[in-house]
Amino acid sequence: MKLNGFLKKYRATLVVAVIFVGFLVLSPSKAARAEKSLVDQLKTMLLVMPPIFVLLGLLDVWVPRETLIRYMGKGSGLKGTALGIVLGAVAAGPLYGAFPVAAVLMDKGASFMNVLVFIGAWSTLKIPMFLFEIQSLGARFAVARFLIDVPGIFLIAFILSKVLTAGDIERIYAASHNAK
Amino acid sequence: MENLILYGVVAILLAFSTQKDKAKTRKALMKGLKALEGILPEFLIVVMIVAVVLAVFDPPTIARLIGSGSSWTGILIASLVGAITLIPGFVAFPAAAELLRNGAGVTQIAAFVSSLMMVGVVTLPLEIRYFGKKASVGRNALAFAFSIVAALFVGWMVAR
Repeated sequence: MKLNGFLKKYRATLVVAVIFVGFLVLSPSKAARAEKSLVDQLKTMLLVMPPIFVLLGLLDVWVPRETLIRYMGKGSGLKGTALGIVLGAVAAGPLYGAFPVAAVLMDKGASFMNVLVFIGAWSTLKIPMFLFEIQSLGARFAVARFLIDVPGIFLIAFILSKVLTAGDIERIYAASHNAK
Repeated sequence: MENLILYGVVAILLAFSTQKDKAKTRKALMKGLKALEGILPEFLIVVMIVAVVLAVFDPPTIARLIGSGSSWTGILIASLVGAITLIPGFVAFPAAAELLRNGAGVTQIAAFVSSLMMVGVVTLPLEIRYFGKKASVGRNALAFAFSIVAALFVGWMVAR
């Protein structure tokens, strides 16, 4: 049972591993480079992944979702928008994880602009990711990207909310109520 | 140095959390472990693929395709690849760092990272279900254009 679960989860990984070994055998001239790169990447992973995932767990446990949702309604003004940024920034997981949360936010009456800001922050301002980005690509790279992304998120949210009509937005809210 | 900061910050937070609530902290650690274990298969796949790609494409080839001299073509290639692929940041950042060490340009790598995080072609059907066609396609198009602007800015900042 347990072995079956393992095989199911790692099936694709095992297939790629077989191909990888095949590559090493069939292309001995390139094998050394492939092996070195693999070892380098795994070393980085072993060093960096454990603290990052502890951080993810702590954020997940200590930041109560329901409470934050309450403060993002229409008329929450700057506070709601700031909260959208914070909520997205402390999130964990890939962007598609943000869509169901956004649906909950919309259903509970968060303004569309706040939801768009939240999506933007989730996509690119996540704090654990930011720390990891500093670690892998350097502080200059990560900080520069952070600095340009904040105005970018507002710009994208602003343009989108201007381009969409009131009817469009109404339909999105109705759809998110059903999709939730 | 950066590792030290990371470990330090996490250690302090962990100490606070343990002092406040032991059970919650244990739950957080279990969640972290589960998330790590959950991403492991994907991570290993990408690590192996990147290793083979780097073995086949030697530094001169990488430099020609997305090196600092590849200019607009390289930026466009990099951001298109970022928009289409669906790799979590935990996997993408080390891969991007490895590409940088092998001759890729900073602006090109920034274009890849930005569009990877903000644009999701593969997840578009999912996004459309929640936001409708107009908002989803609009968001992805705007994010794609913006990721190129962001890349130019990052390239400029890092080069300074």
